[in-house]
Amino acid sequence: MEQLALHISNGVLGGPVAAATAVVAAVGLTLCVQRGRRDLDDRLAPMAGLVAAFIFAVQMLNFPVLPGVSGHLLGGTLAALLVGPWVGALCVSIVLVVQALMFADGGVTALGANITNMALLNTAVAYLLIVVLLRVLPRTPAGLAATAVVAGVVAVVAAALGFVLQYALGGATELTAGGLGSIAAVMTGTHALIGIGEGVITAVTVVTVAKTRPDLVYALRGLRKPDLVESAA
Amino acid sequence: MRRTTGFVIAGLVVALLLAGVVSSFASGAPDGLDSASTRGCTVDAAGEITGGTCMAQGAKEHEVGGPFADYTFTGAGGDFAATAVSGVVGVLVTFALAGGLFWATRRRRAPAQ
Repeated sequence: MEQLALHISNGVLGGPVAAATAVVAAVGLTLCVQRGRRDLDDRLAPMAGLVAAFIFAVQMLNFPVLPGVSGHLLGGTLAALLVGPWVGALCVSIVLVVQALMFADGGVTALGANITNMALLNTAVAYLLIVVLLRVLPRTPAGLAATAVVAGVVAVVAAALGFVLQYALGGATELTAGGLGSIAAVMTGTHALIGIGEGVITAVTVVTVAKTRPDLVYALRGLRKPDLVESAA
Repeated sequence: MRRTTGFVIAGLVVALLLAGVVSSFASGAPDGLDSASTRGCTVDAAGEITGGTCMAQGAKEHEVGGPFADYTFTGAGGDFAATAVSGVVGVLVTFALAGGLFWATRRRRAPAQ
């Protein structure tokens, strides 16, 4: 069975854009390592390893979104909720590196663009929405689930539009007139649907963790939620 | 601070089941990016581009490839085993790499909470 993933292949973006996104990814990852180290303690480190492994597993599970079109989890929303934005972006990046080097999934030359879109942009947009929504929505499992779905949809569409922007700046093949506009519309539509799947998977996972071990959900730290967070020991 | 070992092991078992078993039931249809990438081109039954103008035209062979390429381990007999072995190996490699890097870079002493 042929398995495809939402990863940019080798040769789709031109050399200059591939190089520029590699620089963006390197700068972003450096910042994530610096800020992420503050969060990484004896408890978060193994949890972050698990989050990366779990995202790898769920990225194999393509679900249909339209006839002949599928999608899979990107993972930024899940990672941001469970281990925070900095370590979360690093989790997704490690998954992308393993996929590119070992599973021929996403070009090695496209790794900078894939990390920029799926690890940095996806996780950052998700976390900004999570911070706002967790303070506005009711502090219940339903509120947490709604946060996951809304953040999932918007963050996946943001990642997809990141690719469209990169292609506009320097795709390898010049498209016909109006081609890029229709690509942007199609990418937004399919990825909004993929984002709903992402949101549902994320909601089920995070609500399950929050009910069994609320202390292991990074995004719930510091929030006084009688329904979800037990008082700190 | 409660221990996380039991939780992490349980989570890893779930990930191994998803990647090792459930993955064989995943959709094989082109994903959102792939389907957008071939818009404007005609594609034959084997997935090869036969004409037109589209983003996927520039795509080249993967630089590395390898025995686990496309999550289909070449040393396994049959589709299910090829996907299952790829998934299990991928989960374990990702956990070892990510867990090792995060453990090595963690703060050694947590502030009192």
